[in-house]
Amino acid sequence: MLHIIRDIQASIRNLVMSAFLAVAIPQIAIAAEHLSITGSSTVAPLALEIAKRFEKLNPGIRIDVQTGGSSRGINDARRGLADIGMVSRALKDSEKDLTAHTIATDGIGIILHSDNPVTHLSDDQIRAIYTGKIRNWRELGGADRAITVVNKAEGRSTLELFLHYFGLRNSQIKASVIIGDNQQGIKTVAGNPGAIGYVSIGTAEYEEQRGVSIKRPIVNGAEASIASVRAGDFPLSRPLNLVTRGEISEWAKRFILFAQSAEVDDLVEGQFFVSQQH
Amino acid sequence: MSRSNIDRLIEPPLRLAGFVCAAILLLILLFLMKEAAPVLSSGGWRLFVADTGWYPMEGLFGILPMLVASLVVMLGAIVLAAPIGLGCAIFLQYYAPPVLAKAFRLLLSLLAGMPSVVLGLWGLTVLVPLISGWQPPGTSLLTAIIVLALMVVPTMALASASALSSVPDSLMNGAAALGLTLRARICFIALSAARTGIRSAALLSMARAIGETMVVLMVAGNVVQYPSGLFEPVRVLTANIALEMAYATDLHRAGLFASGLLLTLIVLALAWMAARSGRRDTQYG
Repeated sequence: MLHIIRDIQASIRNLVMSAFLAVAIPQIAIAAEHLSITGSSTVAPLALEIAKRFEKLNPGIRIDVQTGGSSRGINDARRGLADIGMVSRALKDSEKDLTAHTIATDGIGIILHSDNPVTHLSDDQIRAIYTGKIRNWRELGGADRAITVVNKAEGRSTLELFLHYFGLRNSQIKASVIIGDNQQGIKTVAGNPGAIGYVSIGTAEYEEQRGVSIKRPIVNGAEASIASVRAGDFPLSRPLNLVTRGEISEWAKRFILFAQSAEVDDLVEGQFFVSQQH
Repeated sequence: MSRSNIDRLIEPPLRLAGFVCAAILLLILLFLMKEAAPVLSSGGWRLFVADTGWYPMEGLFGILPMLVASLVVMLGAIVLAAPIGLGCAIFLQYYAPPVLAKAFRLLLSLLAGMPSVVLGLWGLTVLVPLISGWQPPGTSLLTAIIVLALMVVPTMALASASALSSVPDSLMNGAAALGLTLRARICFIALSAARTGIRSAALLSMARAIGETMVVLMVAGNVVQYPSGLFEPVRVLTANIALEMAYATDLHRAGLFASGLLLTLIVLALAWMAARSGRRDTQYG
């Protein structure tokens, strides 16, 4: 009996050892070239996808992506703690010591049910709707129907951009439905003629073309579309940047050029961002 | 090899399997405590019971509305599901002809195994617009209760049926010999003898209901507030974790782990109650 247990123990030890070696050895072999990217959690999923593709095309480089917010991206790039920082907004005047390389644009569009006769909304009206001061579409020239306010869950980048643009705190918002991802938002609005919501512009345009019953009203005179976001005409949008300071390594340069190239457009759109004009 | 040798040979692996099972539960609890530690250790647990609402971006972690919502949704679902499930079980056990009973049992097992997200999708695309046309926004406490009740009916029915089937024939036959009708035998003998098993079935269904995530996330509206009416949106603990975990960092993340810990403890308490009610009584089932 005992020898069986001893055998099992030995084989477990072997298994653990070989698993450890299998993980450890390639890392030691490849870790020669290493690129670190830190910052915005909005940019990170996209940067991670781009990094995976870059690693596949360039064996021998290892890219490490870590989140921690745009401010960490700025700080790490400045102090040289990371090769590249990720920042989900335009650089401020005080940050002009850094260079921004835009890899995509994040834009959000207000969406209504397609049966809703309202076609134009001003910023003030949207603010009033979301803070519960306007509760019926009648007050905005629509049908006599209660407004269902659809808001995003905490932590989502679209929520942050929305709050920032309208100058609101999340606790001021009187929501009737809170949703997670864009798809859920679109289904909620499409199923409720009195609903108003906001989602990434890429998703909204795609679903609308597929015949889902939503529409994008003109907000403060600006049309919400991928084209207007790309042209920089749409106010509810922000650039997603990689930032660097001074001279940078050859690998960092190559990675940034790759991240801005048409080769990653599908990855950008996969994250519901708007890709760059090439 | 003699029989006792075989027993000795298979005992260690079986013992190991049992140990792994117990260790998983323990490790989950330890993991949740470790991840929740940043908020819990610094006296942060007071943040959770404070009546501030849940705005992690502003440092407010009031969890009570979601706890109450979770319990109300769970109780609502079981109040709806228990009679239906018990009815199914009685039909299956005493009224259905054997062929039909076999088919019906298979149907219930299939329903019990159906991915709950399918029910959620149905709730979101059919039930929510229906209720919304009557009482907007449609995503509400009531919708969550209805969809969850539908989800746990098969669990309730199958577990109750197995409780009823373990009532000894001698009891039922004796009652029949005394001239009791089938209705009376079911009401006064079978249900009474199997009541422990039925109670366990209800507790199991409740544990399933409170642990359900996707369905509630899709139809409950997810607004953090005390449930004040059937047509008001609510957010339950599970939905809160699923909604926010992907993008949460630091204290916000730890807060979500703390709500996960609370949820695990509730489910453990329900399971413990189910086990204890089975031990204390000497009823069948």
